[in-house]
Amino acid sequence: MAGLRYEAPNTVDAAIGLLSEVAGAKVLAGGTDLLVQIREEMIDPDLIVDIKRIDETRRIEITPDYVKIGAAMTGAELGENEELAAMWPGVIEAVELIGSWQVQGRATIGGNLCNASPAADSVPAIIASGAKIVVAGPQGVREIPAEEFPKAPGRTALEANEFVVSLVLPVPPKRSGDAYLRFIPRTEMDIAVVGAGVSVSLNEDGTCASARVALGAVAPTALLVKDAIDALLGSKLDDVTLEKLDKAARDACNPIDDKRGTIEYRTKVAGVLVRRTAAIAWERAQKQNG
Amino acid sequence: MSDNQKSGVVGGNYRWVGNNTRRPDGVDKVTGRARYGDDMVLPGMLHMRMLRSPHAHARILSIDTSDAEAMKGVKAVVTHKDVPDHPPAKPPFGPAVSDFHDLSRNIMAREKVLYDGHAVAAVAATTESIAKRAVRKIKVEYEILPHVLDPYEAAQAGAPILHEHQFTLGLEPKPKEPSNLFRTLGGEQGNLEQGFENSDLVIEREFSSQPVHQGYIEPLACVASSSEDGAVELWTSTQGHFVARTLLSRLLNLDMSKFRVTASEIGGGFGGKTTIYHEPAAILLSMKTGRPVRSVMTRGEVLRATGPTVGSVCRIKIGAKKDGTLVAADAEIWYQAGAFKGGPVARATDSFFSPYKIPNARTACHDVCVNRPKAAAYRAPGAPMATWAAEAVINELATEFGLDPVEMRLKNAVKEGDTSLMGTKHGRIGCIEVLEAAKNHPHYNAPLKKNQGRGFALGYWLHGGGLSSASANLLDDGTLTLALGTPDIGGSRSSMRAMAAEELGIDIELVKPAVVDTASLGYNHLTAGSRTTYATGMAVVNATREIIEKLCSLAAFKWEISVEEVRWDSGEALPADKYAGKLKPFSLKQLAKMAPGTVGPIAGHSEINAKGAGASFCAQISDIEIDPETGGTSPVRHTVILDAGRAISPDYVEGQMQGGAVQGIGWALNEEYIYDDNGRLLNTGFLDYRMPVASDVPMIDTLIVEVPNPKHPYGVRGVGEPPLVPAPAAVAIAVENAIGRRMGDLPMSPPKVLAAMDAQKLAAE
Ligand SMILES: Cc1cc2nc3c(=O)[nH]c(=O)nc-3n(C[C@H](O)[C@H](O)[C@H](O)COP(=O)(O)OP(=O)(O)OC[C@H]3O[C@@H](n4cnc5c(N)ncnc54)[C@H](O)[C@@H]3O)c2cc1C
Repeated sequence: MAGLRYEAPNTVDAAIGLLSEVAGAKVLAGGTDLLVQIREEMIDPDLIVDIKRIDETRRIEITPDYVKIGAAMTGAELGENEELAAMWPGVIEAVELIGSWQVQGRATIGGNLCNASPAADSVPAIIASGAKIVVAGPQGVREIPAEEFPKAPGRTALEANEFVVSLVLPVPPKRSGDAYLRFIPRTEMDIAVVGAGVSVSLNEDGTCASARVALGAVAPTALLVKDAIDALLGSKLDDVTLEKLDKAARDACNPIDDKRGTIEYRTKVAGVLVRRTAAIAWERAQKQNG
Repeated sequence: MSDNQKSGVVGGNYRWVGNNTRRPDGVDKVTGRARYGDDMVLPGMLHMRMLRSPHAHARILSIDTSDAEAMKGVKAVVTHKDVPDHPPAKPPFGPAVSDFHDLSRNIMAREKVLYDGHAVAAVAATTESIAKRAVRKIKVEYEILPHVLDPYEAAQAGAPILHEHQFTLGLEPKPKEPSNLFRTLGGEQGNLEQGFENSDLVIEREFSSQPVHQGYIEPLACVASSSEDGAVELWTSTQGHFVARTLLSRLLNLDMSKFRVTASEIGGGFGGKTTIYHEPAAILLSMKTGRPVRSVMTRGEVLRATGPTVGSVCRIKIGAKKDGTLVAADAEIWYQAGAFKGGPVARATDSFFSPYKIPNARTACHDVCVNRPKAAAYRAPGAPMATWAAEAVINELATEFGLDPVEMRLKNAVKEGDTSLMGTKHGRIGCIEVLEAAKNHPHYNAPLKKNQGRGFALGYWLHGGGLSSASANLLDDGTLTLALGTPDIGGSRSSMRAMAAEELGIDIELVKPAVVDTASLGYNHLTAGSRTTYATGMAVVNATREIIEKLCSLAAFKWEISVEEVRWDSGEALPADKYAGKLKPFSLKQLAKMAPGTVGPIAGHSEINAKGAGASFCAQISDIEIDPETGGTSPVRHTVILDAGRAISPDYVEGQMQGGAVQGIGWALNEEYIYDDNGRLLNTGFLDYRMPVASDVPMIDTLIVEVPNPKHPYGVRGVGEPPLVPAPAAVAIAVENAIGRRMGDLPMSPPKVLAAMDAQKLAAE
């Protein structure tokens, strides 16, 4: 009987070649989802392709115009980059919530995205940041807006034999801030019952110039919540705005009853978390004067 | 290490006992050298995997293993056909039920599968991955039957029946229909009706709780190796290898002496490793193949197929006088035994009312089968859930009367000479001392912040004594080895060597304790029931004293005086009476060196049935903070006060106290089994079976009270179980106090807390 084959190519093209070679081959990044799924007999692949030796997946590039994060960067590594953490504190706090200290040393941002769990912690924060996902495949390289990347639980916009090389985030303008909060019954080692990512940029008068609001774990995929964004645009974060934001978040929810939470509960908490997250993002934006 | 405080009666000035010493198993554990269940590897070893039922309740119509057996690398498959059958056990049943009809079916389903995860077949193959794939090739035809998970529902007429041959015991006339209710145990004293009538206030409430798993870190693992002459060696992660031997020998119809069972180093048990699960299948596969067979269960298998403690429904009614005097108490309780009878109903009934003198009282505790894994022991089996119910009602009475909850308990506390409802006559006990210590603890009256609530609860547990053996061997160089037969699950080796070193009066580092296999020592009951430091400790003291006697005889022989004229003190034989100060003392080291050339090897051994372990009491104070918008709960402060009799190793006692509190926090707040409509378990890992992690709990404060147990040479009482008894109660009461509303259903998870707060707001409007 053929065992499980392991390959660790050095280039994007070699990885695509291997993925094309064996049907059902799986990409391996940190393995904190993949290896668990193999052990629990949810999947039984014949080939795993480790992408951690591919240079493009393992670096952070910060330019005046954009920030490029390699897909195989771990949460711990991202958190250690002070420049990045200052620019996108919400994205960083999201990857630093994954699992525990030990898990964060392995778990990657790309793996969190590609595992396509509706509850993945970094995804609402990534969507809120306005990131594009850089994907390579047999047909070449393409970019997908983050909110269009998750398609269903366990399914992404990736086509056959494609994989994620990196994520491109904008450089935030002045007076910007982002934040991510999740609710779990414990303090760590748990999966979000609700997750909320908010990023805002403020006008000089303190009103909201632009905003993105995303929710996790309340629908089959993480959501970009249009009505919540509208509630923020042009407003200050007063009680009326917060109430509108709360309602928009609740209305956007389309959750399931499952082992991690009930529909009613998730919907209520989504409203609460969005308010709290927006308040943190706002405060950060007010502090970012230039 | 935090500073553990002590209060109460402290007697005896010892060199090792009562002091924290270096743990003898510490280095091997932190370096990874300690060998746990799955660290044993033998040449030619095969790997076992089990096929488990995907159904909660189904009749097995057929099992076809031929495709699996035909696979390359597969060496054997076993099913119930390979397991000897046993007739159902007949009444009378003791407090603990032993039925090999049930056991043989729990380790391998026969006529029916009775819960999701029930073992159906086992495969041995050359690699684990081949074994896994082979398991998927076994074809089982099932006829799916309706199932039942709740103990109250299961006890009602018309519920799906698990065992067609089980008729409720003790009913007259004998029932015609089989029932999931196996039996009802309890006790009664006084006149209940009159008692309630004479009360100024009677409060009655209903409570329910979910089964919770022991959550030991090390999943079950074993290696079995049988030889051509019928001998069986077994290496396994267990709380009692002698008990495993008894069970295996009776289950497989093999002589006990054929077995040599070794307990591996153990990564937690908490009662969950007191029986056998996969060991018989591994032995049967080893017999079929002639090769060693290893089995390591996954966490999913552990959660689906090994015993949690029982879930419960409790109806409690308590009446009291305005001054706080308890007058009458009544409890009716349904415990879900799981797929087979034998829930901890007997122990339960002697727990929750037992800290108090209540002249009129009754308990009735129903042992009910449901389509869940058979319940196993879990730290003070049966006590915490009913203790919560009783303590919550007593607190409510205190509130209604405007009394301090501790004062009210002090008014009713049991003392030496009192007898419990179930007939336990108490010797010297520390109920009052524990309550006084709680009352005087700074935590008890510390101010609370917004959104915080405080819970207080008292717990009682009657400890086990029982069978223990130990032997001690003095070596030529003056060092000592201790052979023990109770697996060291909570630091017992440390305490054993402290007692041996104390007796001999030598440096503790000269004593090396070891847990030895079943062929090397007399019988030992489980490490369970908080009995080990008590019972095995006594055996160690006896064995060591035998060595001292022999050393005194050797000194007498050398001095040519009579042994009555020699005494032992601080590691030396000293001439006494008329020879006192006239002859030069012999040190233990000198005597050990002389022994081989004179009297020969010096050893001591002791085999006992220890009695008089007695009861102990534990009080806990818990502060919980609630997030008013999400219902999220955070334990912010928690204090455990325990009568340890004497803390031989205070650090370990503190560890037991903190561990019990943490388990109680999980039980009360978030742990639960989540089944789908088909009775399939959904949360089969620690990501979703929400036990607390370190960051979920505050540093747990401990206060060790010492009211020495007169029955033990060093005053030991058990400390393993009492710290869990009042823990869920204290936490749950704190949550109810924080939100100002009764909930009555564990776990008090955030959705339930939020719903209760919303209901409270509605009610206020
Ligand atoms: C104990 C524990 C706690 C956890 N806690 C959390 C938590 O709090 N929050 C949370 O969101 N998650 C949690 N997780 C899940 C997991 O750690 C995260 O989803 C993690 O980010 C996955 O990253 P990885 O690098 O380990 O992915 P992997 O396991 O390597 O891969 C995950 C999936 O994505 C695919 N994949 C990976 N990288 C790529 C790529 N570049 N291109 C295409 N496909 C790819 C793999 O084939 C696989 O299907 C937890 C897991 C564990 C074991």
